[in-house]
Amino acid sequence: MSDHGTDLATTEHNEQPEFPLPPHHKRLTDTDPRAAKAAEMQVAIMFGLSAVLTIAFVVVYFAFPPNQYVDLGPFGVTQTSNLLLGITFGLAVLLIGLGAIQWAKKLMADEEITDERHPVGSPQEDRDAAAAAFQTGVDESGFVERKIVRRTLIGALALFPIPLVILLKDMGPPPGDSLDHTIWTKGSRIVVDVTGKPIKPQDLEIGTLVSASPEDLDKVQEIEGNQNARAKASIILVRMRPDEIKSQQAPQGQTWDYEGILAFSKICTHVGCPIALYQQRTHALLCPCHQSTFDLSDSGKVVFGPAAREMPQLPITIDSDGYLVAQSDFQQPVGPSFWERS
Amino acid sequence: MTSSSVRRHRATGLVVLLAALVATGVGYAAVTDSAQAAAPTATQTQVDHGRQLFLEGCATCHGMGAQGTSEGPGLIGVGAAAVDFQVSTGRMPLATPAQQAPRKTPIYTPDEVAALAAYVATLGPGPAIPSDSELNTSDADLATGGTLFRTNCAQCHNFAGHGGALSDGRYAPSLMNATPREMFEAMLTGPQNMPNFPNTTLGVQQKQDIIKYIQHLQTASSPGGLALGSYGPVTEGVATWTLGLGLLLLAAVWIGAKVR
Repeated sequence: MSDHGTDLATTEHNEQPEFPLPPHHKRLTDTDPRAAKAAEMQVAIMFGLSAVLTIAFVVVYFAFPPNQYVDLGPFGVTQTSNLLLGITFGLAVLLIGLGAIQWAKKLMADEEITDERHPVGSPQEDRDAAAAAFQTGVDESGFVERKIVRRTLIGALALFPIPLVILLKDMGPPPGDSLDHTIWTKGSRIVVDVTGKPIKPQDLEIGTLVSASPEDLDKVQEIEGNQNARAKASIILVRMRPDEIKSQQAPQGQTWDYEGILAFSKICTHVGCPIALYQQRTHALLCPCHQSTFDLSDSGKVVFGPAAREMPQLPITIDSDGYLVAQSDFQQPVGPSFWERS
Repeated sequence: MTSSSVRRHRATGLVVLLAALVATGVGYAAVTDSAQAAAPTATQTQVDHGRQLFLEGCATCHGMGAQGTSEGPGLIGVGAAAVDFQVSTGRMPLATPAQQAPRKTPIYTPDEVAALAAYVATLGPGPAIPSDSELNTSDADLATGGTLFRTNCAQCHNFAGHGGALSDGRYAPSLMNATPREMFEAMLTGPQNMPNFPNTTLGVQQKQDIIKYIQHLQTASSPGGLALGSYGPVTEGVATWTLGLGLLLLAAVWIGAKVR
């Protein structure tokens, strides 16, 4: 590149170098000593102010308790300590940077210069020397002649990663079939989430939505409370006029609703967000995360969005006391898809 | 004087009969009054006034007998609470046919709203306007209200009650201007696409807890400074990126600018 440029510069056709430098303009600070002095002062003030703010940071840290708040009018209410710590620390850093740039722009030499580029590669003699040194190492170590040493070394290195792979087992037991089941079983009573009230069919009007869970959810003991069981077993109940139900997931000859009351999983089949944005007029169930939309009047099928599977329906009926219960567990895994899903 | 005494005897009988009738009537009325004291009782004049207003302002879409038309749903059995919510918040009457009726300045006076509600309540049994004691949140539990709100309301109305988008231009409105009565009525009746939460599944006590929590949200300050509508990471991210990148761009321009 540089050779090429030099060639061009020396040809008759082109008197100018390939990349001509613009004419150098002197700055005001180069010609006027007073301007240079002023610029010097500006930089010094920035650095000095930064030092003051750093000290102010320490003072603020000890002076303001964390529970003190300040009203900033249209900017709302915020923690005094946090606000002042941020302002002092941020400005202290900023002023060092601003001062450095101001210094470079106004006071440091700014003569434009050209710097010739050189080839990136090492000289041939260095390359030859490196290759010779490597060959000497190969010969002196006997890596080629001593086959048994070479082969055992390769074997040892090949086996060495195995423990690392084995340790992956400690990442937890495989899920087994736990993703295929929830704690819903035949006869599980459906109760209102939070209050735990069992539900009778007449409690629901047309257009009612109930967030519900199985009655025995509280009895589940897992490592972290009952979060896994709750996440899988959460359902919503909705009621519509029986003639509005276009289809259900029930096989031929079965009914999974109870007089227009339908139960669906509350967990989106896309990536598992809890989902209860139910539009009672359109029977659409929306997921707030990625806008997947399910039609609960039509087997919970996907009508919009990235979800790939219908919302699983829980078969329900009533028990001898007239309370809503599950007919069985879900007939398909709830929540997002997974590799082993059959 | 015998005859006069006989006449007096007859008159006495009549008086006694009349007195008994009046006493029964008044007594019955008093009993009925106390039985209905929980809900404001509608007078016949109010119902007549409501019917007149209905025929003038509502019947075009909801039908002459409130049975519903292709333009609007039937109102038989929706109850006084639904009418009170829709009309007192200005959602009804609709200004234009749209996916959703927005909140606007109410057209009818409170008296007219009450008359309309009284008329629609006579069409079929439905939820009544909540009484003052039902709206009293002094015994409500704020923490339970928060849990119930997050379970039942937050999915559409946002964790901070600021509302959110639904499908096809529909939206869950912000709750920041909703009164306790409007909140109670909305939960009870499920206006538009909102599902309903009847007292049988979400009791009066739970509704009071939720109302107390929403009132807390309405008055609570945002300890993190500017709330940006409490819409979450999207608005906060946009604000940070716009402001932060803008400042960085300005700094880059300043650093690169030629000094005179």
